[in-house]
Amino acid sequence: MSRAFIALLVRDLRLAARIGGGGGMAVFFFLVVVAAVPLGIGPAPDLLARIAPGMLWVALLLSSLLTLDRLFQADHEDGSLDLLTMGRLPLELVVVAKAVGHFLTTGLPLVVAAPLLGLMLNLEVAAFPALMLAMLVGAPALSFLGVIGAGLTVGIRRGGLLASLLVLPFYIPVLIFGVGAARAALAGFPDGVAAQSLALLAAVTLASLVIGPVAAAAALRANLR
Amino acid sequence: MAEFFQMGGYAAYVWPVYALGILVPLALAVQSLADYRRQARLADALERDAGGRVRRAARHPDMESAP
Amino acid sequence: MSPMTRPSASQRLQAFANPARFMTLSGRLLAPLWLVSLGFLVVGLYFALFASPPDYQQGETVRIMYVHVPSAWLAMFGYSVMAMASAVALIFRHPLADLCAKSAAPIGAAFTFLALVTGALWGKPMWGAWWVWDARLTSVLILFFLYLGYMALWTAIEEPTRAARAAAVLALVGAINVPIIRYSVVWWNTLHQPASVFRMDGPTIAPEMLLPLALMALGFTFLFVTLLLVRMRAEILRHRVRQLRLALAASGAEG
Repeated sequence: MSRAFIALLVRDLRLAARIGGGGGMAVFFFLVVVAAVPLGIGPAPDLLARIAPGMLWVALLLSSLLTLDRLFQADHEDGSLDLLTMGRLPLELVVVAKAVGHFLTTGLPLVVAAPLLGLMLNLEVAAFPALMLAMLVGAPALSFLGVIGAGLTVGIRRGGLLASLLVLPFYIPVLIFGVGAARAALAGFPDGVAAQSLALLAAVTLASLVIGPVAAAAALRANLR
Repeated sequence: MAEFFQMGGYAAYVWPVYALGILVPLALAVQSLADYRRQARLADALERDAGGRVRRAARHPDMESAP
Repeated sequence: MSPMTRPSASQRLQAFANPARFMTLSGRLLAPLWLVSLGFLVVGLYFALFASPPDYQQGETVRIMYVHVPSAWLAMFGYSVMAMASAVALIFRHPLADLCAKSAAPIGAAFTFLALVTGALWGKPMWGAWWVWDARLTSVLILFFLYLGYMALWTAIEEPTRAARAAAVLALVGAINVPIIRYSVVWWNTLHQPASVFRMDGPTIAPEMLLPLALMALGFTFLFVTLLLVRMRAEILRHRVRQLRLALAASGAEG
């Protein structure tokens, strides 16, 4: 069973690497969104530094949403999703493999790219470790909640937009605690907020590890009958 | 009376609230009832048009699954 | 529709024991329910507008509360109805539960919208701004998004059984998430505590304000139940129409 799981994961990673270099596209989108911010609100360094953690998190959310619709859609179109639902690997684990693949190809590259964009937004270097740690803890939740939206909208024409609509409210706690952890490293928040928000973020991620696969599998079963 | 309508200077806020508080549920009620009537008319028309032929077919097990 | 056709439509639903019984039972309940809801609302409006004193602090704007608070309560009540019906639908496969969840959504969304707009109209004189990112308004806004997503999913999936199951999953995930979202928003709000904000929940409510509030809340709640029944009845008929059309197409293809 674990061999089937790993085979599925490796297949997804290979496919992602073949189309658009895996995380490459998501990182590029991340960069473009962040680059648009100074153009929109002006280049004042202190203003950019203040909103940098929030901007990076919002860009992470958007990049993660952008890649959701291909999660099951491609497999649904070529019929391999039907095979996966009938295989011996429980559908919940199929979803876990998909979510892990999504995290490795979008979440992780963006976490690595975040410091570079932080520099461009004039974010204090002292805040980088906290920002990256928070993103590393929170990004899996984005993938594991995202699969719910992808599973619910599989087989719907232009389901990507609907999936984003369904999933965004669920992303709000991740955004709030993630930004809280990053901003607490900067001045202005009371002591202990950084640790507290990181702990809450971890709790949300752990909950999403359970809720995501169960709900997404149920959604897929509903949609593929 | 005029004093009542002025709502202590807050007329611009209090009256829209009550207007919306009546209009929104009213619109919802009108829409719900109109939809019910439409569906009832459709169901009756379909049954009359199709007659027994359809009623027999409608009892086919495939069609039994509830929504 | 004339009163004569009503029993005919419901009688022919005999093949579906539960929906048929629901149609007769709800048909009998509807008239009293309309009366009770309208009664509470009329008396409630009288007390809200005429027979209650202005607040010593908020003045006449306190009357906004008699519409705003019941709407906010129904916004949450509607989502609970939707989530519970979805749970029943998924666990027991009860055919009426899906219809109940589907019918509750637009009503809940309408009251959520009402709560948001009246909140803004209350916020302007109280806070000096139409919209304040306070924890309560923000969580009601997110609740509104959840309602819209739920309804969008229903319309996006054409086949009713598929749509019902998918929507039920979404409603349940939403129900699990609502407390988490609510907690995170409150946490976020305490972090960014605005300097001087008028606290809506400062003084305890005087008894003379409690009466119109309770009457309006009861009126809105009864109205919710009434509209829920009307919409569920419409959904049953919609299902019937769909079946008749399918049967007509099938018999047309046969001969």
